Amino acid sequence: MLSSRFVVTVIGLDKVGIVAEVSRVMAEHQVNIVDISQTIMSDLFTMIMLAEVSAQAFDLATFQEAMSTVGKKLGVEINVQHEDAFRFMHRI
Amino acid sequence: MFIQPEEILETIQMVNQQHLDIRTVTMGISLRGCSHPNIETFNRNIYERILRCAEKLVSTTEQVERLYGIPVINKRISVTPIALVAESCHADDYCSVAETLDRAAQEVGVDFIGGFSALVQKGTTEGDGNLIRSIPGALAATRKVCASVNVATTGAGINMDAVALMGQVIKQTAELTADRQGIGCAKLVVFANAPEDNPFMAGAFHGVGEPDLVINVGVSGPGVVNAAVRSLVNPDLGDIAECIKKTAFKITRMGEMVGKEVARRLAAQFGVLDLSLAPTPAVGDSVAAILEAMGLDSCGTHGTTAALALLNDAVKKGGAMASSSVGGLSGAFIPVSEDQGMIRAVQRGSLSLDKLEAMTCVCSVGLDMIAVPGETSPATLSAIIADEMAIGMINKKTTAVRIIPVPGSRVGDMVEFGGLLGTAPVMAVHNFGSDGFIARGGRIPAPIQSLVN
Repeated sequence: MLSSRFVVTVIGLDKVGIVAEVSRVMAEHQVNIVDISQTIMSDLFTMIMLAEVSAQAFDLATFQEAMSTVGKKLGVEINVQHEDAFRFMHRI
Repeated sequence: MFIQPEEILETIQMVNQQHLDIRTVTMGISLRGCSHPNIETFNRNIYERILRCAEKLVSTTEQVERLYGIPVINKRISVTPIALVAESCHADDYCSVAETLDRAAQEVGVDFIGGFSALVQKGTTEGDGNLIRSIPGALAATRKVCASVNVATTGAGINMDAVALMGQVIKQTAELTADRQGIGCAKLVVFANAPEDNPFMAGAFHGVGEPDLVINVGVSGPGVVNAAVRSLVNPDLGDIAECIKKTAFKITRMGEMVGKEVARRLAAQFGVLDLSLAPTPAVGDSVAAILEAMGLDSCGTHGTTAALALLNDAVKKGGAMASSSVGGLSGAFIPVSEDQGMIRAVQRGSLSLDKLEAMTCVCSVGLDMIAVPGETSPATLSAIIADEMAIGMINKKTTAVRIIPVPGSRVGDMVEFGGLLGTAPVMAVHNFGSDGFIARGGRIPAPIQSLVN
């Protein structure tokens, strides 16, 4: 069975309020933040969050849509991908 | 964090900037239970079977695509070679079967359906003959159907009667689709040692040793390998091979994960992962660009075969370590019309048909998506096929020919096929005839397997 953990990446120009706005939308969808790190890489603001979902009614497509909308508003690119996408590629 | 931020960004960059994609999720469907003497009943049987098996293929693949954030470009179906399952029909024209496959593909929403195929390496049965004669009409009347004919194996030799016939079939196919620049030929492959589990078109079919239902996945990423090689600082060739191997490993892992998840959700067996560097018309997503990154001024010049040999072998090594299910073709593709670097090399005059033939000795597949002048004779097409089949037979590898004698075209013209098929420069063939050789017919015997120098 697949786990219900997702990696959320936020990449773009830094500005006030990105973390607040992104985590607000995540809370709205009952998505819990397990781990968070942020850094500046190649002059870009990069935030990576490990998110966990427990709600039965969670719909990935709706959540991805909501994150993409908030990303557009903030002028950053947001990806939501299952953690296995990275685990398979980088860990044996 | 369980994965380093650099690693996460590397994956995202591969997808967003370097065109890493799952090229195809191909569902293999056995049609062996569909045979019937009445061709209309047979057509109804295969239509219903394909719809039943592949009803959820596209939607399921899209869900998995979304889950992992990895694009899947094509969803495809391969079926049991139609020559086998249609042979018991009381009919000598199989065009209606191709039209049925096309309708089924349309209905389930896949991009291509392969398996309008015959295996005739040692001889031709009635059904094989019917199918081969139906190919030009079938490819002219359909959009999604792909045809292939295996005319040689290392174990059986080359069926030169079939090679002679295929020259004529290719010519007729081009003429029947003359209004679309002979595009029918872009969906027709002639094989030596055809693999039974290949997910890539136009040569995919569901082999007789395969299970009822199987998911095969084709992964691609010339752009990723190109970017990785170009990021090395003053590497020697060993460093380049190591870099390609590691990159191929990562891409393969990704493909296997997607394939297994799609198969699980569709309750199908997971078949093979085919890691093939299949270029696309997108800038940088090019096999020629990788060869040029190794230090060649232009693809096709002296040294190209050696560079391609290194690339192909390193890709296989990385893939084989990453998955126990590697199969299909697995290597580097060199389709001219689909690769910006190859097109440029032809236009510059550095890449010729003869050099491409040499390159196919060390890489996967063969003479692929090559446009030649419309006046090229069937015998010359057959002779080009015979050369390529000989390379496959002697070297115990798959080789193929997908060649388009574009009606009305001349050397140097550019022919637009659109989409993944790209743009082909019309290439020169030799002006000396091969008619006498092709007209002899018969079989080139299977090669000796010892005394291998």
